[in-house]
Parts: sequence; structure tokens; C-alpha cells
Amino acid sequence: MKFVHTLLLFWLFVTPAFAVPAPETFADPAMEARARHLQRELRCLVCQGESIDESGADLAADLRHLVREQMAEGRTDRQIKDYLVARYGDFILMQPPVKPDTWLLWSAPFLVLVGAGGVATWTIRRAQARARASEEPRQDQYIS
Amino acid sequence: MIGELGQLALCFALGLSLVMAAAGLAGSRPDRGNNAAAMARGIANGSAMGMLVFVALAFGALVTAFVTSDFSVADVANNSHTLKPLIYKITGVWGNHEGSMLLWVMVLSLYAGGVALAQRGGARLTSAALGVQGLLAAAFLLFILFTSNPFLRLDPAPFEGAGLNPLLQDPGLAMHPPMLYAGYVGLSASFSYAAAALLVGEAGWARAARPFMLIAWIALTCGIALGSWWAYYELGWGGFWFWDPVENASLMPWLIATALLHSALATEKSGAFRTWTLLLAIAGFSMSLIGTFLVRSGVLSSVHAFATDPTRGFFIMVLIACAIGGALALFAWRAPTLQGGAAFDIASRETMILLNNVFLVAACACVFVGTLYPLILDALNGTKISVGPPYFALTFAPIFLALLLLVPLGPRLGWRRSDWKAALRSLYPALGIAMLAALAVLALASPRTLAGTGAFAVAGWLIGSSLIEIRKRKGARASAFAAVLAHAGLGVTLMGVAGTTLWRSEALDVVGPGDTMTVGPYTLRFDGVTEVQGPNYQAQRAHVALMDGGKVAATLEPERRLYPVERQEVSDTAIRTTGFRDLYLALGDDRGGGRFILRAYVSPLAPFIWLGGLVMALGGILSLWGRLRTREAAAPLPSAVPAE
Repeated sequence: MKFVHTLLLFWLFVTPAFAVPAPETFADPAMEARARHLQRELRCLVCQGESIDESGADLAADLRHLVREQMAEGRTDRQIKDYLVARYGDFILMQPPVKPDTWLLWSAPFLVLVGAGGVATWTIRRAQARARASEEPRQDQYIS
Repeated sequence: MIGELGQLALCFALGLSLVMAAAGLAGSRPDRGNNAAAMARGIANGSAMGMLVFVALAFGALVTAFVTSDFSVADVANNSHTLKPLIYKITGVWGNHEGSMLLWVMVLSLYAGGVALAQRGGARLTSAALGVQGLLAAAFLLFILFTSNPFLRLDPAPFEGAGLNPLLQDPGLAMHPPMLYAGYVGLSASFSYAAAALLVGEAGWARAARPFMLIAWIALTCGIALGSWWAYYELGWGGFWFWDPVENASLMPWLIATALLHSALATEKSGAFRTWTLLLAIAGFSMSLIGTFLVRSGVLSSVHAFATDPTRGFFIMVLIACAIGGALALFAWRAPTLQGGAAFDIASRETMILLNNVFLVAACACVFVGTLYPLILDALNGTKISVGPPYFALTFAPIFLALLLLVPLGPRLGWRRSDWKAALRSLYPALGIAMLAALAVLALASPRTLAGTGAFAVAGWLIGSSLIEIRKRKGARASAFAAVLAHAGLGVTLMGVAGTTLWRSEALDVVGPGDTMTVGPYTLRFDGVTEVQGPNYQAQRAHVALMDGGKVAATLEPERRLYPVERQEVSDTAIRTTGFRDLYLALGDDRGGGRFILRAYVSPLAPFIWLGGLVMALGGILSLWGRLRTREAAAPLPSAVPAE
């Protein structure tokens, strides 16, 4: 909780003056879709389970505003994300970045898949060898 | 008075669980001329029933305390309120840490009673399983009595209770925890049987444990579906799965339990994967324990829960370490002595089950890593990262989709040796249905997406192959359709998931009385808001007319409820469904002057998500029914291919 408080305090000090009035919705559907997509990729720092797109917290509303403001200024998604990560850390990204800290995170599922696949191949080979050795022809199909 | 009775009952239950553990393990020894082992078995059976009675008494005592609003019991004072409707007084029993742990032990005792009554797999196996179940019960009863006692008194008793989190005051959530626990904790039976099999020699355990496995899996499937449905209509964002750590904690045991159901079938039918099935049974319940730890210790939801009561988290951690470590040590010690190694050809159902297990284990690893990695990384070097839906879309989704592609092949191949080509040939019609589904999506859906086309092709493949199988098996016993139904359910859920995530349209607007807004194909007219007084809340009820030409086709009434006791606001959504498409309304903030924020979603195929879960569960029920109808003698069966 302390962490969140620190963030909130931090937020108060770094929030830039709202120079360009950011619209709550963009008139251009493409821009709006981009904004929604971006909002879904950013985590609300208060109610941590939700993205800022879904969260009802004030901070999320401010962040939505910030995202749209920067979009209105013509910044790219990458730039906006970098801006937010510089201020709030990787925690704000719903999709963790790929870097040495997260290599294991990204590779683990596929390592397990490959490992388990290897064991399965080995098991099948052995079972096949055994089946050939005993060679009892069975063909009972469709047993439930 | 009632509190003391409950407390006493818990103490008796603890005593009986210890007796059951000792007697059960003693009874697992072979008979040596005297009847000592047989006597021990009798004691284990008796104490299992006794423990069930006393835990039920304790549970009944807590329910009574909640129903009568006995605020001298701290747990009731902290989590209930006199104004709450009766049903939420009762469900409030498990809407808090202490009560939910008592429910946990209640379910554990029910399964122990079931194991004692059914006596499946022979007296020695049953006895050993009861011994293990007794150890588990003792550990959790100790946990309750020492760190989470629901019967602690308050003196002086407060005049009124603090209320229950309004999000939990909902019929969907009333059923969700007992259902989920019946699944979670139900895996303890498979765990105990597996440990028992390692202790006394493993013949026939997979068959003996199968009904318990099935019950747990059915309950877990329903529990997860209910939880997802609740999140959908209660949280007000139209989402059905958030990859939230608590949701993940329930998904992991489900994935392993699904793998276990398949692997145990192979073990039973052809003697394959003996050690692997044992390991899966241990892993399944371990996932339940880890899930319980994640949810109950509070490491997840709030970072400070450990600090408020570090004993709880520590206790569960030690408990889990003992249970998992003990089982794995037993496995490492005894598994090598098992005669192993079935013989089967690569073209066989065994191979398909092996592949099923490979993908399910990888999928589980993905959820496991995604849930725990942020915690571990934070603990190691203080780096904070989020693992959100995009991570799972990139890892879990491809692994699971690959699994789904293989699913139809399994039932088409026979045990031991079969014919690839014949199996594939028999699936040509399913391939046709898959292509038709993909073409239909390309023709009808907008926007056209590759993901949507792919998802519908796979769903068509799954459902089509199930239809073929149903035709093929016409006239067979009902249980022959179990797997077919469960597999078709996967396809139904997949369609729902794809429909909702890819083609959902939404609208968000500030509306005043008389204003209209459109969402998807619908036109809505906002007719203002009235104040409504509920039993323990005040609500703002919006009246939204669904227009059809100039006429009002229906009225939807989403609400915002303020629970004054808990000082919390909850949205109560209004959903109108055609079965194929949901219109979903949530009322947002009051903007003054009778103007409100109104959110509207149109979610195509949303009901399919839970319908598919229901179909899967129905498949499980058919299989269970078949099992119980052809109940064999309790003697262990030969492990060669038993006919069913």
C-alpha cells in the first residue's frame, strides 16, 4: 500500500499542467481505437488488477487524460509508453518488457513445452520398442 | 454458547483427524495373522465419519451465528449486519478468511467421508488414503484453530456488524466459493489415493479414485465458469476473464486436473503412464494448495496482508511445503519400485493423451509463471512488473490452441495400436465443418480478423468431430458420450471467447432524460433515473428503453447501489440476451442535472462462454454417472486392460 501512496504523491508532483485540452473521446474513430488499445495496455496503479481503460479510480482517469493529451500532441504509442515507464516503472505495462529480468518469464512456458515434448517423445519411443518386442497385434478401436 | 460449541466441535474434529491419520496409516499394513490392521481400518473409517459430523457441527454453529447475527463472535461482527438479507447472511459465512477456511475443511471432511463410505480399491488402499486425508485435515484444523479461528469472541459485543463487501452480496457469488472449493479440495481425494497407492502398491488406484477425480473436475469447471460469469455481470466492464492472480489460482488446478483425468484413464485402460499419473495427482492438489496460499495469505491482493498477520502466511507456507514435499519424497522413494512401461504404438490413444498432457502442463506452467514471477522478482530484487492479459495472449493462447487442434484425434484412435490414416479420414467431415465455419466468419463478421477466422475454424473442428462421434456411437451407453460432450464444450466456449473479445462493440456517453445513443445494432433511449430503496442499500435505477423503430421493445434497468454500512458503491448491470448476443448496460457517475454516464456493450456470443463450461461439466457428469452405475466390487482390479 505504501508503494501506491508513494506513487500517488509522485504523481501529484510530476503531473504536467494540462496544456492541450484532451478530449474524453476522439472524434476520429481510428484515433479513438488507438487510445482504447493503449489504455488497455496500461495498468491502473491503484486497483492493480485492472487496466486504466477499465478502472474507475481517479488516477486512472488522470492517466487516460494524459494518454489522450500526448496522443493529441502527436506522440507515438512507443513514446507515450516510454514516458510512463520512465515515471512509474515497468509496473505500468500490462505486457512485461523483454529484458534480462524477464527472459525466464517469457521463455518458461515454451521451455516446459519443449521439455515435456522431449520426455513424451522418449516415452513413445520406449513404448514403441516394447510393443515391437512383444508384438501382440491388437486393434481394438473406439473403446470409450 | 454457539461459539463455544463450534470451538469444541473443531477440537474434537482435530482429535479425530489425528486418530484417522494414525489408524489409517496403521491399517494400510498387510494383515499378519491377527486382526490389528483390520481393527485400525475400522477405526479410520469410524473417525472419518466422526470428523465429518464434528466439522459439520462447527460449520453449522458458524452459520447459526451468522443467521442470528451473534456479534459477540468476532468473525460475524466483522463480516455481517442485521439488515443483510438472509441468503447473504448465510453466504457471508464463507465471504471471509476464517469462514472460508472452515468451508475448506468441511469439503475435505466430506471427501474423507466419501472415501470411507465408498471403500473403493480395497481395504488397504482406502485405509492409507484415509490416513493421508487425516493428515491433511489435521494440518488445516490446526491452521484454523491457531491462526484463523472463526469462533473468537468480542467483549463487549458490538451493537451492529461491519457488513459484507457488497460485491459479494450476489447470488452468483453465493454459489461460486462452495463450488470452487468442492473442486479445489476435491483434488485432495486423488492426492490421498495417489499417496496411498505409493504406500501400499499401486494396483487399481486410478480406477478407485476416478469418481472423486470426476466430481472434483466437474465442480472446478462449474466453479470457474460461475466465477467468470459473476465477474462479467457484476464488475460492470463486460469482461469475463481478467487473468487476475486469484482467477489464475483456480485455473491451474483445473488444467492439471484435466491432464490427470486423461492420464488416469490411460493408466486404467492400458497400464500406461503409471508413475506420471501419480505425479499428476500430487501436482493437482499441490496447485490447489498453492492457490489457497496465494489467495488466503494475502500476498496477492494487497501487499500488506502478510504484515498484518504474518503467522497465517507462514503457517500455510509450512503446511504446503510439508504436504507437497512429503508427497514428492514419497514419490521419489517408491515410484522407482513400480513396474513401469506400457507398450503402445505411436498411432494410439496413449500418444494423444501424452500430447494432451504435454500441452496442458505447458499451459499450466504458463499460468504459474505469469502469476508467481512478479512476486518472486519483487522479492528478489525489488523490480515491479505486471503480467497482464497481453502476456497470456502471447503464451497461453497459442499453447492452448495447439492442444485444441489435437483434441478431435484422441477419441478417434484406439488404445495401444491404431491407424492414423483411418482416424484422419473419419475426420474429413469435421474438417469440412471447420472450413465452413471459417468461411461463414469471413463472410459475415466485421471486422474480419485472422484470429476470429482461426478460432471459428478450430471451434468447428471440435464441434464437428464431436458430432461425427455422436453419430458413430448412436445407441451406446450415455457415458460413451462423456468425452464427446466435454470436447464439444471446448468449442462452444472458444466461440464465445472469440465473439466477445473480437467483435464486441461499445458505447460510452453522458446522457440526460430523452437522449438516445446507439451501440452496435441497437438504439437506446435514456428515460431518467429513479431512487430505489433496497433492503440494505440505496440505488439509483436507470430506465433505458431499447427502441425498435419508434416503439419500445424492452426496458433495461441498470443500477448503481450505495451500501451505506460498507460505504461502497457497486454497479448492478442490466443484461438482455438473445442467447447469441448480449446487450449489456452499466450505469456510471452522476454528472448532475439528471445526466449520467451510461456504458453499453454488445457482446456477440457471450453466453456461449459459460454454456460451453456447462456442456463440459455435463460431459463429466455423464462419465461419473456411467462409473457409479457400473460400480464394481471393491477388490483391486488387474491392471491389464479391464473391460468397461
